[in-house]
This record gives sequence, C-alpha cells and structure tokens, in this order.
Amino acid sequence: MTYSALKIFKEALTGHKGWKPVWRKSIAQNSYDIIIIGGGGHGLATAFYLAKQFKQKKIAVLEKGWVGGGNVGRNTTIIRSNYMLNKNQAFYEFSLKLWERIEKDINYNAMVSQRGIINLFHSDAQRDSYIRRGNTMRIHGTDAILLNQDEVKKKYPFLNYDNARFPIKGGLWQPRGGTVRHDAVAWGYAHAADKYGVDIIENCEVVGFDIANGKCLGVKTNKGNIKANKIGVAVAGNSSKVMNMAGMRLPIESHVLQAFVSEGLKPILPGVITYGAGHFYVSQSDKGGLVFGGDIDGYNSYAQRGNLPVVEDVCEGGVSLMPMIGKARLLRMWGGIMDMSMDGSPIIDKTHISGLYFNGGWCYGGFKATPASGYSFAHLLATDTHHEVAKNYTLDRFKSGLTIDEKGQGAQPNLH
Amino acid sequence: MIINHPLLGPRDSSEFTYRGDAVLLNRPDPNSESLLNDYYEYQYIRNNTHGFMKELWFHEQGDRSWLVVTRNTLTHEIIKVELASEYKRENK
Repeated sequence: MTYSALKIFKEALTGHKGWKPVWRKSIAQNSYDIIIIGGGGHGLATAFYLAKQFKQKKIAVLEKGWVGGGNVGRNTTIIRSNYMLNKNQAFYEFSLKLWERIEKDINYNAMVSQRGIINLFHSDAQRDSYIRRGNTMRIHGTDAILLNQDEVKKKYPFLNYDNARFPIKGGLWQPRGGTVRHDAVAWGYAHAADKYGVDIIENCEVVGFDIANGKCLGVKTNKGNIKANKIGVAVAGNSSKVMNMAGMRLPIESHVLQAFVSEGLKPILPGVITYGAGHFYVSQSDKGGLVFGGDIDGYNSYAQRGNLPVVEDVCEGGVSLMPMIGKARLLRMWGGIMDMSMDGSPIIDKTHISGLYFNGGWCYGGFKATPASGYSFAHLLATDTHHEVAKNYTLDRFKSGLTIDEKGQGAQPNLH
Repeated sequence: MIINHPLLGPRDSSEFTYRGDAVLLNRPDPNSESLLNDYYEYQYIRNNTHGFMKELWFHEQGDRSWLVVTRNTLTHEIIKVELASEYKRENK
C-alpha cells in the first residue's frame, strides 16, 4: 500500500474501507540471510536500508514485544546535529540529512518539523565553548548561529531573563534542528521495510545464539530456532543482556531516563529549548503538550520507570528557565532504558564472533541518530566495512584509547 | 528509593552518589602478567547485571561513608546494605 494525497481523497469518498495494515504480520521462516534483533527505530531502519540501499534479500526483524514499544516510543522526539567532536558531528549531520528526506524515503508522514533548537548559555565561559562548538558544526557544513541576549529575547520572550544566578546571555541556534513524531518513525520504517519484503516478527524474543567454532549460525527464540548468515543486534537498553548470551561483556551500563509531558496547551513554544544551567530540554508537541526531560536517574536500572528526586530536579530546572510552566500540570511521565557507554558515544561494529554484529551504546542520544544508525549498520552488515561517518564507533576503541568523549567525563557512564 | 544505612537508618537515595558495580572494590593486581587487559576490563567492561546487583553508593550528603547496596535492577528493590569497609574485609 502506498500513501498519497490521492489515496486519502479516494478513501474519504469510499468510507475509509480500503486502508490495509501498515505492515504484514509475519511468521518466522527457518532461515534468513540477515536477522536484525530488535524491532525499534534502529533495527527497523537497518532492515529498511539493507533492503533498499544495499539490495539485500531475505531479511527478518525479531522484536520481543511490539514494534515501537521501546525507546523509539519513549524519547522526547528531538532531532539535531550540534555536536563538538569531529567524529560525532559528521555522523549526526549525516543523520539530520537523512531526516530531511525520510518521509519520501519511507512513504510515511513522520511529521518532521525543523523548527529550530537553541542551546542557551549563561556565562562568558559557556558562550566561548558554544562558539567553539558552533565553529565545529559550520566546518562540517551544519547550520549554527550564535544569538545574543536581545535576539534570544525576541524569539523566546517568555524565558526568565531576571535570573540573577544564571542570566540568559544568548544561545547557539540550529535552525535545522527540531522534532519528529517518534512513533511514526517506527511505523514508517516498518511499513517501508515490509514493502521491500522484510519479515517483521513481533512477540519473538531471542533467548540464545547458536555459535559454533567462532561463528554465529543463528538464534534461538521463544518461537523456535532460526538460522542466518549474519545477525545484527540493535537492542539498546538491553544490549548487555542480549550480548551476554553470546558470551560477551560490554563497555555499557543500563540506566533509566525519564521523560514528561504536560497537559495540552495552546501554541506557546517555538522549537526546542535547552537550558544551559540545569539539565532540561523542552519542546511542544502538535497536540499541545510540553514534552520535556532532563538527566538520567543515575543508577543501573532495567525498570522502565524512575524515581521522584529526578522528577523534582527536572521540574525545578523547567520552572527556573520559564516560570510560566509552573501553572501547567504534569500529565504523564515514563522511563526508558539507556545503554550508557563508557565514553558517551555509540558502538556500531563487528564482534569477535564471525557473523555477529553489534549496534548499541546510544546513551540518551539514540532517537536523532535513528536514520544514520540504520544506514551505517546496514552498510556494515552488507559490505563488512564501516560506513565513513561511523567508522570510529568501534568496540575496541576503549582498549586502544581512541574514545569519543563529547563531555570529557571519563569512564563513568552516569555522567555522560 | 530509600537506602537503609547501617549506621544512620533509612536515608533517601538522593543523598548518595552512585559509583556502580561493587567489583570496582577489587583493583587488579598491578604485578599481574595480564596487567593491561585487567585494567582495561576494570575501567571499561561491566557485567551490567539484570537482577540483583551489588553496587557502590557514596553517602556524599551524609556521613560520607561508602556502602555496598544489594539492589534488584529490574524492580529497584533493596535487600541488603553494608558498609563497604566491612564488606571488603569479609570478602577478601
């Protein structure tokens, strides 16, 4: 089924009886060329680019729950490419370029809205570091504009400019940043992958790997054994648990990150705003809710819920930045499990087991990376070589010392 | 989460700073043959336990003692809290 304006028109006239499921319900076959474990954004994107870009056949995506039930449906939907380190910036800029054409690529309305993201700064030192970051971005061809206090005031008049401790001195603005409807990304990639013949198998949990003589031959699932030439794991949050079945230990800790949404409000907030003096980022959804988040809870967790001290901390940050939201009520909050890596950067690499490939360690930056992660993981799976922009995201960089530590925090995952 | 401090009684977890897996108490032997690999694993590689895990919490906003807390990472349930100094003595 192809979506188009004409199709909507036709369905409107015929009582909407012709809509078909967005993707087929597949039953697992005995063997595939490539199996992707994890039916989230990254796994589905990988399957889609494998089929479309790299012309691979016989692909399956195994998902233990339902498509879009994990982190792709739990994030704060922000897209941006405002990193400082070269090794990251090239990757995230590639991702943003893919976001810009994703709806055409997957024939699905993902509501990509490039309404800008601003990172506020509150001191001279912070301004200097943002200038440096903005310069890195511009060297990579990314848009970055430094706004002074008056320019920020004009754009965002409702912020708290009277804060004596953390005055807003300006901000680094990326006009091409914005938000994407996160569920639609999962559904859209599933829809597009399905069209290329990818089998998406839900409620199929991998419980083990079939490994012999250093080669991965297939997976064991709750629906039986499935053979495959290549297996890609994209299960961020549960990476350690899954790779442990292959006898691997990872440079990753799982942590819980909470996100929040307020009751629906009239349009008050243009674009995405991040606070430079506390950990708080916010945008307004098309339904009107303020979608916001802050720091991870800070302790290892596989429970998809957090604790109250962080809720208080995030709300304090929000109210100190824009006191007006103190009047809005918090509607919902939830948690997702992050693969917090040891340097704050992801991993897209082969493993020492032939035929087994790993994608994970996304910390809490996985959503914006979805298209580039899928594309470069597909590149790796199809060609056995790294994609140019992801070639530094190796597993052995922790041993060689070539870590990519954007925040310079060292090997302490809960600080990234 | 409430952490039942062995000396101070029940304290809110926000008074603490989290360090991670309690295996960090056992530094690798600096005279070992496999020194480089041992320290690489000590620094970077984690079990990332799914279930009950022994972990280090530092009572930074309190008496500044290090605790070993046995906590379920699936439910956040805490079943045991010990002073790290005593834990280390008992688990030599």
